[in-house]
Amino acid sequence: MGLENLFLGFSIAITPFNLFVAVIGITLGTIIGVLPGLGGANGVAILLPLTFTMPPTSAIILLTSIYWGALFGGAITSVLFNIPGEPWSVATTFDGYPLARQGQGGQALTAAFTSSFVGAFFSIVLITFFAPLLAEIALKFGPPEFFAIQLLTFSSFVGLGGGDPLKSLASIVLGFIMASVGLDIVTGQLRLTFGVTDLMKGFDFIVAVIGLFGIGEILLSVEEGLQFRGARTGMNLRVVLDTWRILPRYARTFVRSAFIGFWMGFKPGGATPASFMSYAFAKRFSRHPERFGKGELEGVVAPETAAHSAGVAAMLPMITLGIPGSPTAAVMLGGLIIWGLQPGPMLFKEKPDFVWGLIASMYTGNIIGVLMVLAFVPFFAAILRIPFAVLTPLIVVVCAIGSYAVNSRMIDIWYMLIFGVVGYVFKKLDYPLAPLVLALVLGDLAENALRQSLIMSQGSLAIFVSRPIAGVLTALAIFFFILPVVTPWWRRLRGVPPTSGAPAQA
Amino acid sequence: MRAADLVTAGFLIAVAGVVLYDALRLGVGWSTDGPKSGFFPFWLALVLLLCAGAVFTRAWRRHADRVFVTRAQLIPVGKVLIPVVVFILLTSGIKLGDRTVLPALGLYVAAALYLAVYMRWVGRHRWVTVVVLAVAIPVVTFVIFEKWFIVPMPKGPLEDWLGL
Repeated sequence: MGLENLFLGFSIAITPFNLFVAVIGITLGTIIGVLPGLGGANGVAILLPLTFTMPPTSAIILLTSIYWGALFGGAITSVLFNIPGEPWSVATTFDGYPLARQGQGGQALTAAFTSSFVGAFFSIVLITFFAPLLAEIALKFGPPEFFAIQLLTFSSFVGLGGGDPLKSLASIVLGFIMASVGLDIVTGQLRLTFGVTDLMKGFDFIVAVIGLFGIGEILLSVEEGLQFRGARTGMNLRVVLDTWRILPRYARTFVRSAFIGFWMGFKPGGATPASFMSYAFAKRFSRHPERFGKGELEGVVAPETAAHSAGVAAMLPMITLGIPGSPTAAVMLGGLIIWGLQPGPMLFKEKPDFVWGLIASMYTGNIIGVLMVLAFVPFFAAILRIPFAVLTPLIVVVCAIGSYAVNSRMIDIWYMLIFGVVGYVFKKLDYPLAPLVLALVLGDLAENALRQSLIMSQGSLAIFVSRPIAGVLTALAIFFFILPVVTPWWRRLRGVPPTSGAPAQA
Repeated sequence: MRAADLVTAGFLIAVAGVVLYDALRLGVGWSTDGPKSGFFPFWLALVLLLCAGAVFTRAWRRHADRVFVTRAQLIPVGKVLIPVVVFILLTSGIKLGDRTVLPALGLYVAAALYLAVYMRWVGRHRWVTVVVLAVAIPVVTFVIFEKWFIVPMPKGPLEDWLGL
């Protein structure tokens, strides 16, 4: 069933223009991934206004290519500079950086890129087969089901995010509150504007992402007195081929990590726990667990495979349900709305060329991506040798341009700065930023789903439990919400000492 | 961290209060065509109030621990933040009522000045590097954004004079 659709997709993704767009996207994305203060989410946000005039399919190919590039770029900084560009690259530094220090940087990078590619490819194949099925099921969803899925999305941040549950919940609610500022399109009333005209259009999520992740990240990194002292790449064709000869030894690690990545990844905030979990499993099943942390190649393979598998899997709920699995996917979802597309299962029926073009471009984008990063690592690594005093103002200027470009409003540049300070404070105090951004993007959709559900039930909340699918989803969501309350109690019951838990989530 | 936690939680409690006030003004109940405008914000604010309240009490009971930001950390943060504020002010200009205190220079000129000052003051780069980069970067961004992607940025007297 799906094959002719996939061919349709490839016929769109392989046009010269779209391949060109993918190359540009990967290049920009890798640079963005390498630079501190410019992650995938806010790189996509800055470039989103530039896509308003492009055909939607090319636009989404550009944005997703940036995402793949950023995922690859994160590995470069982790291995060579011991700086995880993204939270899910943290586990890659454990063995990647020691390898680079021992002069095995080329080997570590080849392993990282190849693993990323394998992980991504695994998820893309699964998406190709599962996305149409999931969309088919989702077509039967009504507003209560969609609201229940939203609940589930946000509950998994609270229950599985690994951060402080109270602060996670506060972040989510704050995001929803910010989304509600401005004109309420249903009733035509102004909310939370208090007569200030600048507030009437509300807060733009693009500006919020650029501020929270871009400016906030810069403030954090200068505070740590960031200095780049990189190891040499030592990358050439010989190293690549030699490493490829070794890698099949880790076949089991590849498969296990890819599964972990996909399973964790299609739930929000899954990439980081997936990478850590995969690293822990690889260490446990290894015959030489004592080598981990000192420069074991398998310790690079496991987290990278899982992180990319998860990163790609985050696209699955976005294209089928209209629920983004990561902040970057959230920004892309916002893009869909701006390009005039209705995110959700209807996309498969109404815009098959868009959906399948996107899926096919995941294949082409990742193939182009892995070849490009393998070939141009020294170039990308050289970017980090640009002095900090040049990079910082350059990134700020680019962020300001991105913020202004959204609505051509000066006030947005100020919002960017305010969001930057908020992001800096929140990050230091362990308030997670990802759910805040997701809530800001999904706010209107969630509120509409809630309203329509309540209209259907004439005000009774029972509609979220009485319908079978919604009931299961709501029950799961409630389970995740109370998980942080139950876990310590359960541990005490079993006499297990409380652990520090999963590492904090960005 | 304790003080910063208290201040942030306090701020969130205040936000929740403002949202509650506004929601009650809009009506939190049921109208003829479904929930009123204040319905969703009301419940959100209530959850925020509970969460922030809990964070606040928890921090209140805790003893003071390591400081939120040390002096040594605050200086580089300030060195980034203050030039950014000046950069934005130069872009937009300052108006007090009808009087123009500072004329709007536009984004590109402001960016050039900002890049130059930052590279010289923080980075202590050579004047040649500073001047070359401070001119080249805005020109390149101008070409990319204004010419290729046709995204207009705020402009000032220089662009007018050059007829761009």
